Parts: sequence; structure tokens; C-alpha cells
Amino acid sequence: MTTLLTHTYWMTNRRLKVLIKQPAFVVIMLVQPAIWLFLFGNLFRRVVELPGFGGGDYLDYIVPGVVAMTAVSSSMWSGMGVLEEIERGTMNRLLTTPVARGAIMNALVMEQVLSLTVQVAAVILLGLAAGASYPGGVAGLLVLLIAALLLGTVFSALSNTVGMLARQRETIIGINTMLLLPLTFLSSAFMASSLMPSWMRTIADWNPVNWALDAARAAMTASPDWGVVLSRGAWLLGLAVVMLVLSTRTFRAYQKSV
Amino acid sequence: MSDAVTAEELRKSYPGGVRALDGLTLTVRAGEVFGLLGPNGAGKSSTVKILTTLARPDSGRATVAGHDVLRHPERVRREIGVVPQRSALDPMASGRDNLTLQGRIFGVRGKALTRRVDELLDRFGLAEAAGRTVRGWSGGMQRRLDVALALVHKPGVLFLDEPTTGLDPEGRAEMWTEIGRLAADESMAILLTTHYLDEADRLAGRLAIVDGGKIVTEGTPEQLKGELRGDAVHLELRQPPDEPRARQAISHVAGLREVALEGRTLSARADDGAAAVPAALAALESAGIGVATVTVARPSLDDVYLRHAGRRFAA
Repeated sequence: MTTLLTHTYWMTNRRLKVLIKQPAFVVIMLVQPAIWLFLFGNLFRRVVELPGFGGGDYLDYIVPGVVAMTAVSSSMWSGMGVLEEIERGTMNRLLTTPVARGAIMNALVMEQVLSLTVQVAAVILLGLAAGASYPGGVAGLLVLLIAALLLGTVFSALSNTVGMLARQRETIIGINTMLLLPLTFLSSAFMASSLMPSWMRTIADWNPVNWALDAARAAMTASPDWGVVLSRGAWLLGLAVVMLVLSTRTFRAYQKSV
Repeated sequence: MSDAVTAEELRKSYPGGVRALDGLTLTVRAGEVFGLLGPNGAGKSSTVKILTTLARPDSGRATVAGHDVLRHPERVRREIGVVPQRSALDPMASGRDNLTLQGRIFGVRGKALTRRVDELLDRFGLAEAAGRTVRGWSGGMQRRLDVALALVHKPGVLFLDEPTTGLDPEGRAEMWTEIGRLAADESMAILLTTHYLDEADRLAGRLAIVDGGKIVTEGTPEQLKGELRGDAVHLELRQPPDEPRARQAISHVAGLREVALEGRTLSARADDGAAAVPAALAALESAGIGVATVTVARPSLDDVYLRHAGRRFAA
């Protein structure tokens, strides 16, 4: 276990050193959620007036929505990192060393999780600058962050699994294009669940994006519902662990086809 | 001392039915340089992948440094250094960072790590470039860093998978010198794969020729060449000949044996090559087969390959 942690640390360190050498990428990473916050914030501003939405300020409402969408959309490209490692031969080089197999996968997830932390902070601050209020205070924002990071872990590990098994950029691009919008709009990211058709609500109940939003929204109100926070948090954590284990298991399949 | 590498009856097929290994058996003794020679697709890389725990065979057994590659891959990984066929560096990291990380993975820490990294950078002539990102390095420098990476933890068994493929002549010469120096270190066994005959001849203490996924012959380069009695006679014909006719014509020439015809090249073996040539030329001319060039040579590994694999070595 300590080996896994130490190795994950070194492997993450290795990837981050490369990441910070690409300033253009870091800028794009921050600009994208800002655009969403601006676009959706203005486009859907008046949906709060719909009967049943519950009123309030739409900007307050979509900050968690944009955070969740960012978590999914950035992390699901993680598998590209896997392909890059395979194509460069570094994957095979690492696999002939005693490095913990899990550390190779975890490092790719950690890279996403750390960049996501910066992105989430940026969205929260932008929201604040635009006049959003966070009645749940720091605790609420912390829950938002943790929920986003768990969500990022789920989709990063999923993408890594796809990358290891399919070993094709097209597959990752296809899956991401197919999944991002349904996952986002089958959740309460931009529209209150109470206004969804009932069949959509049923699907949304199974959508991890919605779990993250339920947890975040429950914690970000003036009187947080900690029961919802904990239950949704536990589901997300469970799914994240399952996906991490699954991504590491793909080395067995890789070994057969290499 | 026990053998550095043993492989018994390794078999491996890839999805799609491509059979890469078909019962390959080999032994690399402690401290020796063992060459695995064969054309592309013969099974060299599959063998290395299995021995370095990257791939699993469909059947067969293998040990490296005394550990079973299937039952204890993690023990094998601690003992081996691997120079892969294609360079496998972190292009955006510096040479020093590449080496340091590799050392950390093997549990080298602190001052010992700094010292080892400096030592390797010096030894491979990379000290000056050490701080720059590897992406801007020349191919030869990158290749030397690949070797340095494999040596960071002082492995007992070193795998060099086609270490000079893609290098320019200068880079190849440097790499040969380096491998020669590594070979002098008797505490390390080296398994070298190559599709260059001259490379195997020059570097390997013992070698095996692999073809169609199995070993077709093995021994020291001298033994293998010695097995071939007499000189090699190669006749380059003007046109691809009618095969039975050419064979018929040449069969009457005394002293020529092991006649092989491939395209326009007719190869044979003779106790006294110089004496057999005039008769061979005369026989072919009278059968209406024109000869463009004639060479007579002492046996080379190329000839060994021809004899055992049944065709000329075309890498």
C-alpha cells in the first residue's frame, strides 16, 4: 500500500511537470468553464421564473452545474494520456519496472483531479465576481469541490479503461461526444429535476453527475441536508473506487494483446 | 552460477491468428552476451516481451535471474534492465529527470541516486545536455539515454531489443562500443536481439538464429560459421533463370554442393571456391544462362542463416 502511494506520488509528479510546461493548455482549461458559466448563465437566466423551479438567482443555481459539467468534460479525456503513454513506449517501459501498476493509472487520475481543483476554484471565484451568493459557506463549497473531484475520478478512470482496452483515439472521442450532453442534461445541472419529465427523472436518479449535484446543492444551501450529502457522496466514492480498480485490471487484458 | 535466462517451448499467438512463437527454447548463461538474430517478424520481440513480463505466453515456461516470469513477474522486474526497440523516454522531461524517476521506481534514493545519475550521464556523454528536455536531443543521444535508464539499478540481466535500429552509422558505432563495454562486465548477462548479422557477429559471445517463431540453430559465431564447410560461392545471374534448367546445369559441376536458387542469385558451397568457379561458369553458359557477377567468400553468418532458414537473410 505504501508502495502504491509513493509510486502514485512520483508518477503524478512526472505528469504534472509536463502539464505545467504547456501554458496554452492550462489557459484553455480555465477559459472553457468560464465560457459555459457566461453562456448558460445568460441563455437560461429566466428559467428560474418557471413555476416549480423554486425561484432564486439562476447564477447561484448553475455554479454547481457548470462545475459538474466541467468535471465530466475534462476528465473524460484522461484516456488520451493512456494512449500517449502507449504510443511513446513509456507505458511498456514502465511496465517492465517494479512500478505499482495502479500507480500508472492513479497518476493519470490525479492529474485530472488536480487540474479540476484549479478549474472548480476558478468557477467559484468567477461566480462570486459575477454576483453569485453561496449561502452554504465554505463547507458547502468544499462539498461541491469534493463531489466534483469524485465525479472527475469516476470519468477519468472510465476513460483510462476505455483507452487501455480500445487503444484508439476515435473510440474515446466517440464515447465522449456521445456521453457529455446526455449526462449533463439528464441531471439537475441547468434545470431543476422537478421540471423534468418523470422518465428523465428516473434516469437522472442513476446518473452519477446528478449524485454529485444533489450532494453539492444539499450542502450549498443555508440549511444543509447532510443526509443527502453523505449518501450521494458515498455512492460517488464507491463508484470511483470501482472504476479505479477496473482501470488497473485492464493491464491483464493489455498483457494478452501486447 | 545459474543461468540468467531460460525459456522452454514458448508459444504465443496474437488475436487474428498470427503465430509469433512456435516452441522457442533458449538459455542465456550468466555473464554472457547472447544474440538473438532473425528478420523482422521472426519472434525476437515477442520473446523479449515475454521475458521482460510485458506479455504472457500461451504456453511454455521461462525464468529470468532464477525467477519464473509467470509466477513472480514482480521479482523479475527488479532484476532486469530493458532497452526497448523504440526509444521510450519522457520527451518533455530533462535527461536528468528521466534518469532520476527511473531510479526512484527501483528504490534508489537520496545521495546514492544523485551519484548514480551523474555517473551514468557522464559515462554516456550526456552530462552537458542533462538539463535540457529530451525532445530536442539527437537520436543517438536519446538512444544512449535509453540504455542509461536500463542500467540505473545495476540489473543482473539486460535486454537490448534491436538497440541500433534507426541509428546512423556514427550512432551505431558508438552504441557498439558501449555494448562492448557492457559485455566486459561479467556480473551482467545481456540478451541482444538484432536483425543485423554484423552486429550479432561482432557483439554476441553466443547466438541463436530465430525464424518462424523458433530457434533454428545456435552456437558461437565461430562454431556456426565452422559448421559450413568450405567457401560460399554466389553467382548473380543476368536474368531469373528457368529453375530446373539451372539446377540441372550446375549439378554436373564437381565440388559444388548445397545449391540454392533465389531470384537471380544462385548460391552454393565448395571446398575450393576458386577452383569450382570456372567449371560452374562454363556449365551455366552452355545451358544458355548468363552470369553477371561471381563472388567467392569465406563463410559468414549470412550463409549460416541461409543454410538454416532456407533463404537469404533480408532484413
